[in-house]
Amino acid sequence: MSNKPKFAMYWAASCGGCEIAVLNIHEKILDVDAAFDVVFWPVAMDAKYKDVEAMQDGEITLCLFNGGMRNDENEHVARLLRKKSKIMVSFGSCACEGCIPGLANFSSIKEMVDTAFTTITTDNPDNLRPQTSYAMPEGIITIPTLNTVLKTLDQVVDVDYYMPGCPPESHQIAAVVDLVIAALNGKAELPPKGATIGAGNSTVCDECTRKRHEKTIKAFGRIQLTHTDPELCLLEQGIPCNGPATRSGCNARCPSAGAQCIGCYGPAEGVVDYGARLIAAFASVIDSDKPDEINQILDGLVDPAGQFYRFNLAGSLLRSSKSAQKG
Amino acid sequence: MTEETKPFEPVMIGFTCNWCSYRAADMAGISRMKYAPNVRLIRLMCSGRLDPTFVFKAFAGGADAVLVSGCHPGDCHYATQNYKAMRRFYLMKRVLNQLGIESGRIKLLWASAAEGQIFANEITKFVEEVRALGPLNWNKTSAEIPVETKEEVTA
Repeated sequence: MSNKPKFAMYWAASCGGCEIAVLNIHEKILDVDAAFDVVFWPVAMDAKYKDVEAMQDGEITLCLFNGGMRNDENEHVARLLRKKSKIMVSFGSCACEGCIPGLANFSSIKEMVDTAFTTITTDNPDNLRPQTSYAMPEGIITIPTLNTVLKTLDQVVDVDYYMPGCPPESHQIAAVVDLVIAALNGKAELPPKGATIGAGNSTVCDECTRKRHEKTIKAFGRIQLTHTDPELCLLEQGIPCNGPATRSGCNARCPSAGAQCIGCYGPAEGVVDYGARLIAAFASVIDSDKPDEINQILDGLVDPAGQFYRFNLAGSLLRSSKSAQKG
Repeated sequence: MTEETKPFEPVMIGFTCNWCSYRAADMAGISRMKYAPNVRLIRLMCSGRLDPTFVFKAFAGGADAVLVSGCHPGDCHYATQNYKAMRRFYLMKRVLNQLGIESGRIKLLWASAAEGQIFANEITKFVEEVRALGPLNWNKTSAEIPVETKEEVTA
């Protein structure tokens, strides 16, 4: 074993896109290899939990943890890696705020499992459900138990840094890798604990190059049904664009490509609840003082909670409250 | 009375504006009108100052219901900000409904500084409505939450 600092990366409830984004830093991945010993990274190499369990506390220097806490195995590995890691980074939207897997928090576990095992796309004539433990002739076999709600990483363990994005942009990952390597060599200082790294401190609107005027909206439209002006602010054209509440750092990628911001970089600096900020932003630009007309315009927002909490439900103020966590 | 037989006393937060609805509450007070004590009033300069975050924070912190009140349409001290509050209220209600909070737990009330009696009556009515709903219950499945987004604004 070399004396290089150790690196780990883990996926809990996530899609694997974060791992791809890390590999997407191209030749910089060689710097990672030169600076670190990769000791645990299930998607890239073979390693067992017991290898991690055998390590000393704090032996891993940098752990990038992506994915939400969907089941007890996720939580177990999160606690284990927290204990063994000096720097624990909540990496990507799933770990930071729940992301797409967190949308399951709109439903109960029963509804979720029923959807997975009984709807028309599933061939399940005996109406079977997975059992968490089952007695085989060879002994009892088990699979992880689902949590009643999907939790974010920092709802389970202490986190040092947050790195938002679905997935985090590769140039941001490269910058963070550079910073950590420089810090290890004593050439830079790490930001204070709890900081958001690899992202900006402002909003997507701040990075967006589209032209803006005073906004007044008579109707909300869906982007797939609307011919939009490529130069003009999308929200001004009635397209529900989440830019006003979303953290900068992606160079306004989606609005530059003609699509609305859907909010994958999470709440901007100082935003307590992402959805609440967007409610304020969207409702304020509606051009009507008549209750009936206001409601008619709001009907254009087909799924407001889905629009405002697509990435943020598990980390939202209401859904992360103690009473909501119980079930 | 034992713990079981005590009627449920909802904890409610009320946001009032400095110029009309807070003065309506003041009027109710100095006129010694009686109304349910369940609503804790918070004075803002204007209903337009109401960041939806305040309402979300109230619910997250254990409130059973939230009242938003301001000047009558057309009477806003800051010209049009109560219209902004109204637009936010309607959108907020739709989102809260999807998040599992019944429409009956949030109410918009217009009250002028002279309407102490109306303010007191509406609060008593609202408290009884929330008492009937019971404590905020998160454990409902989405199918159990009644979808209702359009409701009359009172007073």
